[in-house]
Order: sequence, then structure tokens, then C-alpha cells
Amino acid sequence: MSLDLAALTVTLRGSPKPLFAALTLSVPLGAVVTVLGPSGVGKSTLLDAIGGHLAHGFTCTGRVMLNRRDVTGLPAEARRIGILFQDALMFPHLSVGDNLAFGLTRAVRGRKARRAAVEAALEQAGLGGFHDRDPATLSGGQRARAALMRALLARPLALLLDEPFSALDSQLRSEIRGFVFDHIRERGIPALLVTHDLRDARAAGGAVITL
Amino acid sequence: MTEPGRALRATVLVLVLGGIILPITLGLWETLRAAFGILPAIGARELSLEPWRALVALPGFATSLRLTLITGFGATLLALVLATGFCAAVHGRIGASAGGRLLAPYLAAPHAALAIGVAFLIAPSGWIARLISPWLTGWTLPPQIASVHDGWGLALMLGLLVKEVPFLLLVILSALGQVPVRQHLAAGRALGYGRGMVWLKLIMPQVYPLIRLPVFIVLAFALSVVDVAIILGPSNPPTLAVAITRWYASADTRLILPASAAALVQGAVVIGAIALWVGGERLVAALGLRWLRAGGRGRSAEPGLMAASALVAGLMGLGVLALAGLAVWSLAWRWPWPLALPASWSLAGWLNPGSGWGGALALTLGLGLATTALALGLAIAWLEGEDRARRGRAGWAAALIYLPLLVPQIGFLYGLNVAALRIGLGGGIPAVIWAQELFVFPYVMIALSEPWRALDARLLHTAAALGASPLRRLLAVKLPVLLRPILTAAAIGFGVSVAQYLPTLFLGAGRVATLTTEAVTLSSGSDRRVVGIYAVLQAALPLAAYLAAIALPAMVHRNRRALSGEFGA
Repeated sequence: MSLDLAALTVTLRGSPKPLFAALTLSVPLGAVVTVLGPSGVGKSTLLDAIGGHLAHGFTCTGRVMLNRRDVTGLPAEARRIGILFQDALMFPHLSVGDNLAFGLTRAVRGRKARRAAVEAALEQAGLGGFHDRDPATLSGGQRARAALMRALLARPLALLLDEPFSALDSQLRSEIRGFVFDHIRERGIPALLVTHDLRDARAAGGAVITL
Repeated sequence: MTEPGRALRATVLVLVLGGIILPITLGLWETLRAAFGILPAIGARELSLEPWRALVALPGFATSLRLTLITGFGATLLALVLATGFCAAVHGRIGASAGGRLLAPYLAAPHAALAIGVAFLIAPSGWIARLISPWLTGWTLPPQIASVHDGWGLALMLGLLVKEVPFLLLVILSALGQVPVRQHLAAGRALGYGRGMVWLKLIMPQVYPLIRLPVFIVLAFALSVVDVAIILGPSNPPTLAVAITRWYASADTRLILPASAAALVQGAVVIGAIALWVGGERLVAALGLRWLRAGGRGRSAEPGLMAASALVAGLMGLGVLALAGLAVWSLAWRWPWPLALPASWSLAGWLNPGSGWGGALALTLGLGLATTALALGLAIAWLEGEDRARRGRAGWAAALIYLPLLVPQIGFLYGLNVAALRIGLGGGIPAVIWAQELFVFPYVMIALSEPWRALDARLLHTAAALGASPLRRLLAVKLPVLLRPILTAAAIGFGVSVAQYLPTLFLGAGRVATLTTEAVTLSSGSDRRVVGIYAVLQAALPLAAYLAAIALPAMVHRNRRALSGEFGA
């Protein structure tokens, strides 16, 4: 059980060679593997390829395997690969609680049960009582924790982290990093982190690949 | 694996091609046939050049052509110069969103309503003359001067300027958002150039390419406008587009063939004018480069900018007075010359919708809602199709959108009517809805495209990663987040529908009486109190739509700080 990339490459149409050399790696359950590299080398494009978000004009070769199942041909919404971005990207028109409810898997049924699941997740993130808040009024750290909860409520089989800590100042950064990594380990989800920051990579504790 | 969204994109393409491009092509084709002697409906079946001979022999043709060129180029050039000068003078003191709010009434009010208001102001017996008589002018009777319908087309140009300058201001203000104006201004001034010079030499060359298409649209519009030219323009002979409309509407059906030839001339005039304009752009660019290389610091541009700003302020004031004048006339009972205000007031006209305006209002509202809903649905389907295929718009697709705005209406509307009659769709509400749609859709599409694309794609990736299907991403994320720009686009589309004159006239076979067709018809010589009511309603409907477009999202998103800005994303 893991997230595996087999000879994955991404090529922009009209370009003679792929953005990066064919990538093969395996992320075990609960581990955070880091892809390191300066901005502009295609780290985010790599995550787009894994998550199924590639823009038109990019072609992808190789395979993305999730728990030995090939998901390369599936649309993004069917892959069950969650994603966290730098600025947390809460849906601006929904309250904090509704953002989480949007993420919560359909497997949790019934209005009461769903509400309870959302409230529990808010508690876990230290956001108890924040259900009806406007996400725009949250601090950076609160937003980051809410975004992680929203991603986890969908019960993802893997998680992609696209420089999710870059917008935070250094003290908050280590706190949020710990919060995210703890949850990932606890739930045994394979996670792939892209960053240009070596400290993120060290804190992740998994293998480090330089792109 | 099939490309995602292919079915959606194919459907939209078929609808746009079949619903918009095909009718225009058919209309042009029928006009072309009639111009060369073939119109079976009136028994003309032989290919000939006779319509062209008849056209050249028609009285006033050459004068009409000259008038069209003078007023079209004059109004466009003046509008561009004034708007540019104004932006140079006020930039930095007024933001794009505040500017947008300030300009909204001018943009919302249909051309015809503003033109009628301007006519009420500048006519010999109009408000301005009343305000300054007899104490200043000594006039005890309205003077015998042709301040409206003047032979030079000055009143027509003024009427066009009142509407086109605010439009270009809006376009320039939003283009300025894409240019680092402050930094360039600072850099230029540090090199010793005056503010006005930096504007002319550095900023405008960056802005102009961004506003080129709207300028072409203004040029094409000014050359082929009918309603404003009927209300304010020279009447005998009128501009070419008005002359063609008269010939088509004439009881003498033999005039239809030369009118069709003239409609082709009108099309050629627009194409030729745009070509000429492009040539002018090249020339100005070359001369401007020489001027730039000469390095003159010339601080003397300031007075020019000040003059332009003063003129624009004057035009805006005229626009406000024009709209206010319409309201005053609609409430007047007795208003003898030269009183500055009515001697007695009355709500009689307003209390009697059965006199005609009630029906016209309901019809205008219904047509506006129907065309806007159709256009919005099609536009959203188009943009969603682009999203699902994850590709931008091809050049040819963008050209399809702009086509109806660049081809003169008179060039294909009569032919379209012929085609509609042939398939049994003539002279009714559905035909009018369809004809209006040709012009409503492009504006809705233009208004919605940019904010739609500005939506952060990662927001949608996040939703997809949470398992939301494309449909759910559209309904639960895109549409709510984009509520404000969607409603703004709808308000613009509604305003365009309300303002349509020729499509309603031609495809409605004169029987579909909207506020606009009635106001234009009544404007020539009817009771100003009645015309005032129609024109006020005509201006009020789109304005109400704009206000709703501002108020609704503010209400729905009242607790969402990130969405209370000008754009949704």
C-alpha cells in the first residue's frame, strides 16, 4: 500500500524534452517524501500530473499508482488524491464549516453525523466554534489547519503538499509543519511534499529527491 | 480516452455557429443578392447592376456618405483623444472600481435615451436655451438656429461623445490595471519628462494595444449608428445608415434593391475605415518613435491634458443634465418658453400606463430577460467547455464573438429578415429575441471571460482533489464565487437588449414596440412629455439592472470578506 510513480515525465507541447527526467519513486504509507528544487523547475507541474490537474498542452507519460491501482487515466475527482496549497485556498464563498463539509466524504451520511464530523475536525484543528466564520477572517495558521482538515475529511488515499508552509513565518511554520506531518503519520497516508526549503525536507523525515 | 468536455464544447460551437454566425452570413448573403437584383419577394429575379445605378442616382447619396465618414471618424477620434487626456490627468486620483461606479449610469443608459436627453438640452427651445434666456441672450422666442439635426452632424457627434467617452474611459481604466503606471511615471519623471509627456510617450503606447478592439467597435458603431443619428443627426440628407433604413422602410418597394447595395457600401465603409485606422496607427507609431528618440522633455503637455479633462467633465455634466432633463419633461404639465422649470407639474403621463408605455415596458423587460438568460447560459457553457478541455480560446473563436459587433447591423439585418420570413420566423417576438441575441451574447461573453479566467485554478483543483465532479465544481464553487461578475455581465447584456433599435424594428416587422423603438419614433416631433416618459424608462431599466448586479452579490456574500471586492476571485 503506497503511492508509486513509475517513470513519470511531463512534456510541454512543442518542447523537445520533458520538464524533468523520468521520475520513479515510492511513498510508503504515513511517510512524507520531499521533492526539492528551486522554483520554476516544474515541481507544481509534477503535482498536477499526479493529481490529474495538468493544463491542456502538457502530456504525461509513465504511471501513477495508488495502492497498486493505476490511476493515470482517471479524472482528478476520481483519484482520491488530496492537495494542499501555499495559501490554503479556502472557498471564499463558504463558511469555514461549510468548506470542511464540502470536503467531507459522502460515506458519512445523515445531517447530524456530517455536522458532528465537521465539528470534530474543527476541534482537532483548534478551531472549535469557528463553523460559521468567514474564512477570510482566519489567521494564516488557522487557514492552513482548516485546509488540512478539509483535505483529510475527504479520506484521501494520498496527499500532495505544494509548498504549503511557505506563506507562514518561521515559528508558525514549524508548528503547522508538525501539525500536518503528525496527522499524515497518524492516518498512514502517503504524502509527497514539494518545496524549495531544506528545513521542510528535513522535518518531513522521508526520502528527499532533488528535481 | 475522449477529451473531457468534448460534447459540451461541440454543443456550444454548434449553437454559436448556427445561432449567431449562420444568421449573419445568411443575412449578408440575402443583402448581397438583393444588391445585385435578386429579391424574388418583390418579383426581382435577374442578376443586374441596376440597383447600383439606382443607388448612385438617389438624391443625397454622396452627401450621406460624406456625413457618415465625417461624423464616424470625428466622433471616434475625439472620443479617444478626450478619454486619453482625461485618464492621463486623473489617473492615480481615481481607482478602477470607483471609476466604474461613476461611469455606470452613462454605460447603462441606452444611446437613444441619452441622445433624446441631449436633444432636449441643446434644441433651440431646449433646457440650455431656457436657462440663459432671456436675461443673457435677449431671446424672447426660441431662436431660429439648427442646433439639433444640423447639416454638419455636430449634434450627432456630441451625442455620440456623451456615450462613447465614458465607454472608452472604462476600457482605458481597466487596461491601466495591467500596466505598471506608477513605476513608469516615476522613472519617466526622474528622467526629466513632465507628467503629460510620460503619459504620451510611455503609458499610452502600452495601453493602446489593450484597447484597440474596443476602439474598432466604437469606430464601427459611430459609422453605422441609426437611432442616435435619427434623433440628433442631419435629416435631409441623413447619414448613410439612416438613409438606408428609410429606403428599406419606404412604401416604394423598388428602393429595397438600391438600399441593399447601399448596405453593402455601409459594410465596405466600416471595413475601409478600420483599414484606414490601422494605417493611421502605423503612421502615428512611426512618427511617435521619432518624437520619442528626439528626447524632448516638453513639459507643455499639461495644458492640453487640462483642456481634455475640462471637456470630458463638460460632457459628463451634459450627460447628467440630459438624463435629468428627460425626467423633468416627463413630469412637466405646462412649461412655456423661456421658463427654466415647468410652470406646473403633473404625474398624469406616469399614471396612465395604458397610453402605451406600460405595454412597451413589459415587452422590453420580457425581451431583455429572455435574451440575457439565453446569452448567459450560452456564455457559461462556452467558458465551462474551455475549462473542461483545459484550453484557452483559439483566435478564430474569439473572432466569432466579435464579429456581430464589427459588421454593421444594417448590412445584414434586412437580409436576415428576408431569410427569417422564408423559414416562417418573421415578424414575431422569437425573431426579435434571436436578432437581439446576436448583439447581447458578444457583450455578455466579453464581460464574463476575463473574471472567469481570473478565477484561481487551484481553487478548482482543490475541489477536484476533494472528489467534486466537474458539475459540482461548476455549481458549488465557480458560479457562487463568480456571482458578482456573472450578474454584472447579465446587467450589461440586459442593457444591450433594451437599447436595440434596428434588430427590433426589422425582425419585428415594425410591430414589436419596445421602449427604444417607441422613443426613437416619437422623438421626431412628438410631445416631449410623452417622449420623456419613454426615454426615462429606457434609461432606468438598465440602471436598475446594474444596481441589482451590485446589490445582490453584496447581500448574498455580506459575510464573505474575500468576495466583497470588485471581482469575485
